[in-house]
Amino acid sequence: MTENLTTLLNFLPQLWEGVRVTIILTVVGSLGAVIIALALGLAMTSTHAWLRVPARIIVEFFRGTSLLVQLFWLFYVFPLLGVELDPMICGIGALALNYGAYSAEVVRSSITTVDKGQWEAAIALSLSPSRRMIRVIFPQAWALMIPSLATLLIQLLKGTAVVSFITLQDLTDKITQLRQSTNDTYFAFTVGLIIYFVIAWLIQEFMNFLERRATAALGRRRPNSRTDRREARRLARADAVRKDRSTSRAAADDGGGDGLGTGPESGPASGQGGRL
Amino acid sequence: MIWNWEFAAEALPILLRGFVNTLIATVVGTIIATVLGLILAVAIRGLPRWINWIVRLLVAFVRNTPLVVQLIFVYYIFAGIPGLVDVPALVIGFIVIGIHYSTYMSESYRAGIDSVPPGQFEAATALSLPPVRTFTAVVLPQALRATIPSLGNYAVAMFKDTPFLFAISVVELVTSAQQFGAAKFAYTEAFTLAGIIFLVASYPTSLLIQRLDRRLATY
Repeated sequence: MTENLTTLLNFLPQLWEGVRVTIILTVVGSLGAVIIALALGLAMTSTHAWLRVPARIIVEFFRGTSLLVQLFWLFYVFPLLGVELDPMICGIGALALNYGAYSAEVVRSSITTVDKGQWEAAIALSLSPSRRMIRVIFPQAWALMIPSLATLLIQLLKGTAVVSFITLQDLTDKITQLRQSTNDTYFAFTVGLIIYFVIAWLIQEFMNFLERRATAALGRRRPNSRTDRREARRLARADAVRKDRSTSRAAADDGGGDGLGTGPESGPASGQGGRL
Repeated sequence: MIWNWEFAAEALPILLRGFVNTLIATVVGTIIATVLGLILAVAIRGLPRWINWIVRLLVAFVRNTPLVVQLIFVYYIFAGIPGLVDVPALVIGFIVIGIHYSTYMSESYRAGIDSVPPGQFEAATALSLPPVRTFTAVVLPQALRATIPSLGNYAVAMFKDTPFLFAISVVELVTSAQQFGAAKFAYTEAFTLAGIIFLVASYPTSLLIQRLDRRLATY
Protein backbone atom coordinates (compact mmCIF):
# COMPACT_ATOMS: atom_id res chain seq x y z
CA MET A 1 0.00 0.00 0.00
CA THR A 2 2.79 2.46 0.92
CA GLU A 3 4.57 1.52 -2.33
CA ASN A 4 1.39 2.35 -4.20
CA LEU A 5 1.16 5.71 -2.47
CA THR A 6 4.75 6.66 -3.33
CA THR A 7 4.14 5.61 -6.94
CA LEU A 8 0.99 7.68 -6.93
CA LEU A 9 2.89 10.68 -5.53
CA ASN A 10 5.50 10.39 -8.28
CA PHE A 11 2.72 9.96 -10.81
CA LEU A 12 0.75 12.99 -9.66
CA PRO A 13 2.08 15.46 -12.28
CA GLN A 14 1.15 13.04 -15.06
CA LEU A 15 -2.22 12.34 -13.49
CA TRP A 16 -2.85 16.07 -13.36
CA GLU A 17 -2.05 16.25 -17.10
CA GLY A 18 -4.77 13.66 -17.70
CA VAL A 19 -7.24 15.46 -15.46
CA ARG A 20 -6.49 18.67 -17.34
CA VAL A 21 -7.23 17.06 -20.71
CA THR A 22 -10.50 15.64 -19.35
CA ILE A 23 -11.51 19.00 -17.88
CA ILE A 24 -10.66 20.89 -21.08
CA LEU A 25 -12.70 18.41 -23.12
CA THR A 26 -15.61 18.71 -20.69
CA VAL A 27 -15.60 22.50 -20.50
CA VAL A 28 -14.98 23.30 -24.16
CA GLY A 29 -17.16 20.41 -25.30
CA SER A 30 -20.05 21.56 -23.14
CA LEU A 31 -19.70 25.18 -24.28
CA GLY A 32 -19.87 23.96 -27.87
CA ALA A 33 -22.81 21.74 -26.98
CA VAL A 34 -24.69 24.66 -25.39
CA ILE A 35 -24.19 26.83 -28.47
CA ILE A 36 -25.36 24.03 -30.77
CA ALA A 37 -28.25 23.25 -28.43
CA LEU A 38 -29.47 26.85 -28.33
CA ALA A 39 -29.25 27.25 -32.10
CA LEU A 40 -30.98 23.95 -32.89
CA GLY A 41 -33.41 24.13 -29.99
CA LEU A 42 -34.61 27.60 -30.94
CA ALA A 43 -34.80 26.58 -34.59
CA MET A 44 -36.99 23.63 -33.60
CA THR A 45 -39.50 25.94 -31.89
CA SER A 46 -39.64 28.18 -34.94
CA THR A 47 -42.90 28.58 -36.81
CA HIS A 48 -41.05 28.38 -40.12
CA ALA A 49 -40.87 24.85 -41.46
CA TRP A 50 -37.64 25.59 -43.37
CA LEU A 51 -35.91 26.18 -40.01
CA ARG A 52 -37.73 23.58 -37.99
CA VAL A 53 -37.41 20.57 -40.28
CA PRO A 54 -33.64 20.73 -40.94
CA ALA A 55 -32.97 21.34 -37.24
CA ARG A 56 -35.10 18.31 -36.34
CA ILE A 57 -33.25 16.15 -38.89
CA ILE A 58 -29.83 17.25 -37.60
CA VAL A 59 -30.85 16.56 -34.01
CA GLU A 60 -32.24 13.11 -34.78
CA PHE A 61 -29.16 12.30 -36.82
CA PHE A 62 -26.68 13.13 -34.08
CA ARG A 63 -28.82 11.57 -31.38
CA GLY A 64 -29.40 8.41 -33.38
CA THR A 65 -25.82 7.63 -34.33
CA SER A 66 -23.59 6.71 -31.46
CA LEU A 67 -21.00 9.07 -29.95
CA LEU A 68 -18.20 6.69 -30.85
CA VAL A 69 -19.28 6.50 -34.49
CA GLN A 70 -19.16 10.30 -34.68
CA LEU A 71 -15.79 10.42 -32.97
CA PHE A 72 -14.31 7.82 -35.32
CA TRP A 73 -15.84 9.57 -38.28
CA LEU A 74 -14.07 12.79 -37.36
CA PHE A 75 -10.84 10.99 -36.54
CA TYR A 76 -10.57 8.41 -39.34
CA VAL A 77 -12.73 9.67 -42.20
CA PHE A 78 -11.93 13.39 -42.24
CA PRO A 79 -8.24 12.85 -43.07
CA LEU A 80 -9.36 10.77 -46.08
CA LEU A 81 -11.45 13.74 -47.19
CA GLY A 82 -8.36 15.90 -46.96
CA VAL A 83 -9.07 17.53 -43.60
CA GLU A 84 -6.51 16.63 -40.94
CA LEU A 85 -7.94 17.34 -37.49
CA ASP A 86 -6.11 17.44 -34.18
CA PRO A 87 -7.37 14.59 -31.93
CA MET A 88 -8.35 17.19 -29.34
CA ILE A 89 -10.54 18.97 -31.91
CA CYS A 90 -12.08 15.63 -32.92
CA GLY A 91 -12.91 14.87 -29.30
CA ILE A 92 -14.39 18.28 -28.59
CA GLY A 93 -16.29 18.24 -31.89
CA ALA A 94 -17.84 14.82 -31.36
CA LEU A 95 -18.81 15.59 -27.76
CA ALA A 96 -20.27 18.99 -28.69
CA LEU A 97 -22.28 17.59 -31.61
CA ASN A 98 -23.61 14.53 -29.80
CA TYR A 99 -24.51 16.18 -26.50
CA GLY A 100 -25.53 19.38 -28.29
CA ALA A 101 -28.19 17.38 -30.12
CA TYR A 102 -29.47 15.88 -26.87
CA SER A 103 -29.48 19.30 -25.19
CA ALA A 104 -31.29 20.85 -28.15
CA GLU A 105 -34.22 18.59 -27.38
CA VAL A 106 -34.11 19.78 -23.75
CA VAL A 107 -34.04 23.42 -24.88
CA ARG A 108 -36.95 22.86 -27.23
CA SER A 109 -39.14 21.09 -24.70
CA SER A 110 -38.39 23.67 -21.97
CA ILE A 111 -39.33 26.53 -24.25
CA THR A 112 -42.60 24.86 -25.19
CA THR A 113 -43.40 24.16 -21.51
CA VAL A 114 -43.30 27.85 -20.57
CA ASP A 115 -46.84 28.85 -19.68
CA LYS A 116 -48.93 29.93 -22.65
CA GLY A 117 -50.10 33.03 -20.81
CA GLN A 118 -46.54 34.33 -20.79
CA TRP A 119 -46.41 34.21 -24.58
CA GLU A 120 -49.77 35.88 -24.84
CA ALA A 121 -48.83 38.57 -22.34
CA ALA A 122 -45.63 39.32 -24.25
CA ILE A 123 -47.60 39.59 -27.47
CA ALA A 124 -50.20 41.82 -25.75
CA LEU A 125 -47.37 44.12 -24.64
CA SER A 126 -46.30 44.12 -28.31
CA LEU A 127 -42.78 43.00 -27.54
CA SER A 128 -40.85 42.10 -30.66
CA PRO A 129 -40.29 38.33 -31.15
CA SER A 130 -36.61 38.58 -30.16
CA ARG A 131 -37.34 40.64 -27.04
CA ARG A 132 -40.16 38.28 -26.16
CA MET A 133 -37.75 35.36 -26.31
CA ILE A 134 -34.82 37.05 -24.55
CA ARG A 135 -36.63 38.91 -21.79
CA VAL A 136 -39.70 36.79 -21.11
CA ILE A 137 -39.64 33.24 -22.40
CA PHE A 138 -36.00 32.24 -22.21
CA PRO A 139 -35.33 33.18 -18.55
CA GLN A 140 -38.24 30.96 -17.52
CA ALA A 141 -37.24 28.15 -19.87
CA TRP A 142 -33.66 28.40 -18.62
CA ALA A 143 -34.71 27.69 -15.04
CA LEU A 144 -36.66 24.66 -16.29
CA MET A 145 -33.86 23.22 -18.40
CA ILE A 146 -30.97 23.40 -15.93
CA PRO A 147 -31.67 20.09 -14.12
CA SER A 148 -31.74 18.16 -17.41
CA LEU A 149 -28.69 20.01 -18.68
CA ALA A 150 -26.88 19.07 -15.46
CA THR A 151 -27.58 15.39 -16.15
CA LEU A 152 -26.35 15.77 -19.71
CA LEU A 153 -23.24 17.60 -18.57
CA ILE A 154 -22.31 14.70 -16.32
CA GLN A 155 -23.02 12.35 -19.23
CA LEU A 156 -20.63 14.45 -21.29
CA LEU A 157 -17.96 14.18 -18.61
CA LYS A 158 -18.39 10.42 -18.68
CA GLY A 159 -18.34 10.50 -22.47
CA THR A 160 -14.91 12.15 -22.50
CA ALA A 161 -13.44 8.79 -21.49
CA VAL A 162 -13.80 7.56 -25.09
CA VAL A 163 -11.17 9.99 -26.37
CA SER A 164 -8.53 7.61 -25.02
CA PHE A 165 -9.43 5.50 -28.11
CA ILE A 166 -8.09 8.22 -30.41
CA THR A 167 -4.65 8.54 -28.82
CA LEU A 168 -5.51 11.37 -26.44
CA GLN A 169 -3.95 11.02 -23.00
CA ASP A 170 -6.90 11.85 -20.80
CA LEU A 171 -7.64 10.70 -17.26
CA THR A 172 -8.75 7.25 -18.45
CA ASP A 173 -5.49 6.76 -20.29
CA LYS A 174 -3.50 7.86 -17.24
CA ILE A 175 -5.40 5.41 -15.04
CA THR A 176 -4.28 2.51 -17.21
CA GLN A 177 -0.72 3.88 -17.07
CA LEU A 178 -0.94 4.11 -13.27
CA ARG A 179 -2.15 0.52 -13.23
CA GLN A 180 0.90 -0.58 -15.18
CA SER A 181 3.34 1.22 -12.92
CA THR A 182 1.74 0.10 -9.65
CA ASN A 183 0.71 -3.35 -10.88
CA ASP A 184 -2.38 -2.93 -8.71
CA THR A 185 -5.63 -2.83 -10.69
CA TYR A 186 -7.85 -2.05 -7.70
CA PHE A 187 -5.72 0.83 -6.47
CA ALA A 188 -5.30 2.56 -9.84
CA PHE A 189 -8.94 2.32 -10.86
CA THR A 190 -10.28 3.29 -7.46
CA VAL A 191 -8.16 6.43 -7.55
CA GLY A 192 -9.29 7.19 -11.11
CA LEU A 193 -12.97 6.57 -10.50
CA ILE A 194 -12.90 8.73 -7.38
CA ILE A 195 -11.39 11.59 -9.40
CA TYR A 196 -14.17 11.27 -11.98
CA PHE A 197 -16.74 11.10 -9.19
CA VAL A 198 -15.39 14.28 -7.57
CA ILE A 199 -15.45 16.17 -10.89
CA ALA A 200 -19.04 15.02 -11.45
CA TRP A 201 -19.97 16.16 -7.95
CA LEU A 202 -18.42 19.59 -8.55
CA ILE A 203 -20.38 19.90 -11.79
CA GLN A 204 -23.58 18.98 -9.98
CA GLU A 205 -22.95 21.60 -7.27
CA PHE A 206 -22.21 24.23 -9.91
CA MET A 207 -25.41 23.43 -11.80
CA ASN A 208 -27.41 23.55 -8.54
CA PHE A 209 -25.94 27.00 -7.95
CA LEU A 210 -26.95 28.08 -11.47
CA GLU A 211 -30.44 26.73 -10.92
CA ARG A 212 -30.82 28.58 -7.62
CA ARG A 213 -29.73 31.77 -9.33
CA ALA A 214 -32.02 31.27 -12.32
CA THR A 215 -35.08 30.57 -10.18
CA ALA A 216 -34.23 33.40 -7.78
CA ALA A 217 -34.07 35.74 -10.77
CA LEU A 218 -37.67 34.77 -11.50
CA GLY A 219 -38.62 35.45 -7.88
CA ARG A 220 -39.28 31.78 -7.28
CA ARG A 221 -37.69 29.09 -5.24
CA ARG A 222 -36.17 25.94 -6.62
CA PRO A 223 -38.56 22.96 -6.29
CA ASN A 224 -37.62 20.89 -3.25
CA SER A 225 -34.88 23.35 -2.31
CA ARG A 226 -33.00 23.08 0.94
CA THR A 227 -35.03 25.96 2.41
CA ASP A 228 -38.27 24.23 1.41
CA ARG A 229 -37.22 20.98 2.98
CA ARG A 230 -36.15 22.72 6.18
CA GLU A 231 -39.50 24.50 6.31
CA ALA A 232 -41.35 21.21 5.77
CA ARG A 233 -39.36 19.54 8.54
CA ARG A 234 -40.12 22.42 10.90
CA LEU A 235 -43.83 22.19 10.15
CA ALA A 236 -43.80 18.41 10.60
CA ARG A 237 -42.10 18.82 13.98
CA ALA A 238 -44.62 21.41 15.11
CA ASP A 239 -47.39 19.11 13.94
CA ALA A 240 -45.98 16.17 15.87
CA VAL A 241 -45.74 18.27 19.04
CA ARG A 242 -49.33 19.40 18.61
CA LYS A 243 -50.55 15.85 18.09
CA ASP A 244 -48.58 14.73 21.12
CA ARG A 245 -50.21 17.40 23.24
CA SER A 246 -53.71 16.56 22.09
CA THR A 247 -53.22 12.85 22.80
CA SER A 248 -51.89 13.52 26.26
CA ARG A 249 -54.79 15.83 26.77
CA ALA A 250 -57.20 13.10 25.72
CA ALA A 251 -55.53 10.81 28.21
CA ALA A 252 -55.84 13.46 30.89
CA ASP A 253 -59.52 13.87 30.07
CA ASP A 254 -59.77 10.21 30.92
CA GLY A 255 -62.52 9.08 28.60
CA GLY A 256 -64.49 12.21 29.36
CA GLY A 257 -64.90 13.17 25.74
CA ASP A 258 -63.21 10.51 23.60
CA GLY A 259 -62.03 13.34 21.42
CA LEU A 260 -65.59 14.51 20.79
CA GLY A 261 -65.43 18.13 19.88
CA THR A 262 -62.01 18.60 21.43
CA GLY A 263 -60.17 20.00 18.48
CA PRO A 264 -56.50 20.79 18.95
CA GLU A 265 -57.32 24.52 18.76
CA SER A 266 -59.54 24.53 21.84
CA GLY A 267 -56.76 22.65 23.60
CA PRO A 268 -55.34 24.58 26.54
CA ALA A 269 -58.64 25.33 28.24
CA SER A 270 -60.01 21.80 28.21
CA GLY A 271 -56.59 20.44 29.19
CA GLN A 272 -56.59 22.54 32.29
CA GLY A 273 -60.15 21.55 32.99
CA GLY A 274 -59.12 17.92 33.02
CA ARG A 275 -56.40 18.56 35.54
CA LEU A 276 -58.53 20.55 37.90
CA MET B 1 -16.10 12.38 -52.02
CA ILE B 2 -14.50 8.98 -51.99
CA TRP B 3 -17.09 6.30 -51.78
CA ASN B 4 -16.44 2.81 -53.01
CA TRP B 5 -19.55 0.66 -53.41
CA GLU B 6 -17.44 -2.50 -53.56
CA PHE B 7 -15.98 -1.81 -50.14
CA ALA B 8 -19.42 -0.98 -48.84
CA ALA B 9 -20.84 -4.27 -50.10
CA GLU B 10 -17.90 -6.12 -48.59
CA ALA B 11 -18.21 -4.33 -45.26
CA LEU B 12 -21.94 -4.84 -44.77
CA PRO B 13 -21.95 -8.58 -43.87
CA ILE B 14 -18.99 -8.05 -41.52
CA LEU B 15 -20.75 -5.16 -39.84
CA LEU B 16 -23.96 -7.13 -39.48
CA ARG B 17 -22.03 -9.93 -37.82
CA GLY B 18 -20.67 -7.34 -35.38
CA PHE B 19 -24.18 -6.02 -34.96
CA VAL B 20 -25.27 -9.40 -33.57
CA ASN B 21 -22.90 -8.85 -30.64
CA THR B 22 -24.26 -5.33 -30.22
CA LEU B 23 -27.78 -6.74 -30.00
CA ILE B 24 -26.78 -9.48 -27.54
CA ALA B 25 -25.11 -6.90 -25.31
CA THR B 26 -28.15 -4.62 -25.49
CA VAL B 27 -30.76 -7.30 -24.83
CA VAL B 28 -28.94 -9.09 -22.00
CA GLY B 29 -27.81 -5.75 -20.56
CA THR B 30 -31.41 -4.52 -20.56
CA ILE B 31 -32.63 -7.65 -18.79
CA ILE B 32 -29.94 -7.31 -16.11
CA ALA B 33 -30.61 -3.60 -15.71
CA THR B 34 -34.41 -3.90 -15.40
CA VAL B 35 -34.21 -6.67 -12.80
CA LEU B 36 -31.35 -5.18 -10.80
CA GLY B 37 -32.84 -1.69 -11.07
CA LEU B 38 -36.07 -2.88 -9.48
CA ILE B 39 -34.17 -4.67 -6.71
CA LEU B 40 -32.15 -1.51 -6.03
CA ALA B 41 -35.24 0.70 -5.99
CA VAL B 42 -37.01 -1.58 -3.52
CA ALA B 43 -33.86 -2.02 -1.43
CA ILE B 44 -33.33 1.73 -1.15
CA ARG B 45 -36.89 2.12 0.12
CA GLY B 46 -36.86 -0.77 2.53
CA LEU B 47 -33.43 -1.04 4.09
CA PRO B 48 -32.38 0.44 7.43
CA ARG B 49 -30.96 3.88 7.29
CA TRP B 50 -27.21 3.33 7.31
CA ILE B 51 -27.23 0.47 4.76
CA ASN B 52 -29.53 2.59 2.66
CA TRP B 53 -26.99 5.39 2.78
CA ILE B 54 -24.19 3.08 1.60
CA VAL B 55 -26.34 1.66 -1.22
CA ARG B 56 -27.25 5.16 -2.37
CA LEU B 57 -23.62 6.23 -2.33
CA LEU B 58 -22.63 3.19 -4.39
CA VAL B 59 -25.44 3.86 -6.87
CA ALA B 60 -24.32 7.48 -7.23
CA PHE B 61 -20.74 6.33 -7.66
CA VAL B 62 -21.56 3.89 -10.46
CA ARG B 63 -23.82 6.47 -12.12
CA ASN B 64 -21.36 9.33 -12.08
CA THR B 65 -18.26 7.55 -13.30
CA PRO B 66 -17.56 6.65 -16.93
CA LEU B 67 -18.82 3.35 -18.30
CA VAL B 68 -15.58 2.98 -20.29
CA VAL B 69 -13.44 3.08 -17.16
CA GLN B 70 -15.75 0.65 -15.38
CA LEU B 71 -15.53 -1.74 -18.33
CA ILE B 72 -11.74 -1.68 -18.35
CA PHE B 73 -11.63 -2.00 -14.57
CA VAL B 74 -13.84 -5.10 -14.47
CA TYR B 75 -12.05 -6.55 -17.46
CA TYR B 76 -8.73 -6.38 -15.59
CA ILE B 77 -10.29 -7.72 -12.40
CA PHE B 78 -11.60 -10.74 -14.28
CA ALA B 79 -8.22 -11.21 -15.92
CA GLY B 80 -6.59 -11.27 -12.47
CA ILE B 81 -8.82 -13.97 -10.97
CA PRO B 82 -7.69 -17.44 -12.08
CA GLY B 83 -11.15 -18.97 -12.40
CA LEU B 84 -12.53 -16.07 -14.44
CA VAL B 85 -9.81 -15.59 -17.04
CA ASP B 86 -11.76 -17.44 -19.71
CA VAL B 87 -14.93 -15.38 -19.36
CA PRO B 88 -15.56 -13.84 -22.80
CA ALA B 89 -15.25 -10.06 -23.01
CA LEU B 90 -18.83 -9.86 -24.30
CA VAL B 91 -20.13 -11.36 -21.04
CA ILE B 92 -18.12 -8.86 -19.00
CA GLY B 93 -19.50 -6.20 -21.30
CA PHE B 94 -23.17 -6.89 -20.77
CA ILE B 95 -22.73 -7.43 -17.03
CA VAL B 96 -21.04 -4.03 -16.60
CA ILE B 97 -23.46 -2.22 -18.93
CA GLY B 98 -26.39 -3.88 -17.16
CA ILE B 99 -25.13 -2.80 -13.73
CA HIS B 100 -24.34 0.71 -14.97
CA TYR B 101 -27.81 1.21 -16.39
CA SER B 102 -29.54 -0.46 -13.42
CA THR B 103 -28.50 2.57 -11.38
CA TYR B 104 -30.37 4.77 -13.84
CA MET B 105 -33.37 2.48 -14.01
CA SER B 106 -33.65 2.24 -10.22
CA GLU B 107 -34.27 5.98 -10.27
CA SER B 108 -37.11 5.52 -12.79
CA TYR B 109 -38.65 2.75 -10.69
CA ARG B 110 -38.39 4.96 -7.61
CA ALA B 111 -40.20 7.79 -9.42
CA GLY B 112 -42.82 5.31 -10.62
CA ILE B 113 -43.42 3.93 -7.13
CA ASP B 114 -43.62 7.47 -5.73
CA SER B 115 -46.23 8.35 -8.34
CA VAL B 116 -48.64 5.71 -6.97
CA PRO B 117 -51.18 7.66 -4.87
CA PRO B 118 -50.84 7.07 -1.10
CA GLY B 119 -54.50 6.08 -0.98
CA GLN B 120 -53.56 2.85 -2.77
CA PHE B 121 -51.14 1.89 0.01
CA GLU B 122 -53.74 2.77 2.62
CA ALA B 123 -56.45 0.77 0.84
CA ALA B 124 -54.13 -2.24 0.69
CA THR B 125 -53.45 -1.88 4.41
CA ALA B 126 -57.17 -1.58 5.10
CA LEU B 127 -57.76 -4.81 3.19
CA SER B 128 -54.94 -6.26 5.31
CA LEU B 129 -53.00 -7.48 2.32
CA PRO B 130 -49.56 -8.76 3.30
CA PRO B 131 -46.75 -6.34 2.30
CA VAL B 132 -45.42 -8.56 -0.51
CA ARG B 133 -48.85 -8.82 -2.10
CA THR B 134 -49.45 -5.11 -1.64
CA PHE B 135 -46.31 -4.52 -3.58
CA THR B 136 -46.72 -7.07 -6.37
CA ALA B 137 -50.48 -6.81 -6.90
CA VAL B 138 -51.24 -3.16 -6.13
CA VAL B 139 -48.21 -0.90 -6.27
CA LEU B 140 -46.03 -2.43 -8.95
CA PRO B 141 -48.63 -2.69 -11.76
CA GLN B 142 -49.43 1.00 -11.33
CA ALA B 143 -45.82 2.04 -10.92
CA LEU B 144 -44.73 0.16 -14.05
CA ARG B 145 -47.20 2.11 -16.14
CA ALA B 146 -45.26 5.26 -15.37
CA THR B 147 -41.89 3.53 -15.56
CA ILE B 148 -41.92 1.50 -18.78
CA PRO B 149 -41.39 4.36 -21.27
CA SER B 150 -38.36 5.65 -19.42
CA LEU B 151 -36.98 2.12 -19.14
CA GLY B 152 -37.33 1.94 -22.92
CA ASN B 153 -35.44 5.19 -23.31
CA TYR B 154 -32.62 3.82 -21.18
CA ALA B 155 -32.56 0.66 -23.28
CA VAL B 156 -32.07 2.80 -26.39
CA ALA B 157 -29.37 4.81 -24.62
CA MET B 158 -27.70 1.55 -23.67
CA PHE B 159 -27.85 0.42 -27.28
CA LYS B 160 -25.97 3.57 -28.28
CA ASP B 161 -23.43 3.00 -25.51
CA THR B 162 -22.55 -0.53 -26.60
CA PRO B 163 -19.72 0.79 -28.86
CA PHE B 164 -17.87 1.51 -25.61
CA LEU B 165 -17.25 -2.25 -25.56
CA PHE B 166 -14.50 -1.28 -28.01
CA ALA B 167 -12.47 -0.62 -24.86
CA ILE B 168 -12.39 -4.31 -23.98
CA SER B 169 -12.13 -5.40 -27.63
CA VAL B 170 -15.54 -6.99 -28.03
CA VAL B 171 -16.10 -7.20 -31.77
CA GLU B 172 -19.39 -5.30 -31.93
CA LEU B 173 -20.61 -2.99 -34.67
CA VAL B 174 -18.17 -0.11 -34.33
CA THR B 175 -15.18 -2.29 -33.50
CA SER B 176 -15.82 -4.42 -36.57
CA ALA B 177 -16.15 -1.23 -38.62
CA GLN B 178 -12.85 0.00 -37.26
CA GLN B 179 -11.14 -3.31 -37.99
CA PHE B 180 -12.54 -3.46 -41.49
CA GLY B 181 -11.55 0.15 -42.11
CA ALA B 182 -8.01 -0.48 -40.92
CA ALA B 183 -7.61 -3.62 -43.02
CA LYS B 184 -8.94 -2.15 -46.26
CA PHE B 185 -8.26 1.50 -45.52
CA ALA B 186 -11.95 2.05 -46.16
CA TYR B 187 -12.95 4.02 -43.09
CA THR B 188 -15.49 6.14 -44.96
CA GLU B 189 -17.67 3.22 -46.00
CA ALA B 190 -17.28 1.30 -42.75
CA PHE B 191 -18.13 4.12 -40.33
CA THR B 192 -20.86 5.60 -42.49
CA LEU B 193 -22.58 2.24 -42.71
CA ALA B 194 -22.15 1.73 -38.97
CA GLY B 195 -23.78 5.09 -38.35
CA ILE B 196 -26.65 4.27 -40.68
CA ILE B 197 -27.25 0.92 -38.98
CA PHE B 198 -27.39 2.68 -35.61
CA LEU B 199 -29.79 5.30 -36.91
CA VAL B 200 -32.05 2.76 -38.62
CA ALA B 201 -32.23 0.66 -35.46
CA SER B 202 -32.58 3.37 -32.84
CA TYR B 203 -34.81 6.00 -34.43
CA PRO B 204 -37.88 3.80 -35.03
CA THR B 205 -37.46 2.36 -31.54
CA SER B 206 -37.52 5.77 -29.93
CA LEU B 207 -40.60 6.70 -31.99
CA LEU B 208 -42.28 3.53 -30.73
CA ILE B 209 -41.38 4.42 -27.15
CA GLN B 210 -42.85 7.90 -27.65
CA ARG B 211 -46.11 6.35 -28.80
CA LEU B 212 -46.07 3.92 -25.89
CA ASP B 213 -45.48 6.85 -23.55
CA ARG B 214 -48.54 8.63 -24.88
CA ARG B 215 -50.67 5.49 -24.66
CA LEU B 216 -49.66 4.68 -21.10
CA ALA B 217 -49.94 8.25 -19.84
CA THR B 218 -52.59 8.37 -17.12
CA TYR B 219 -52.97 12.11 -17.07
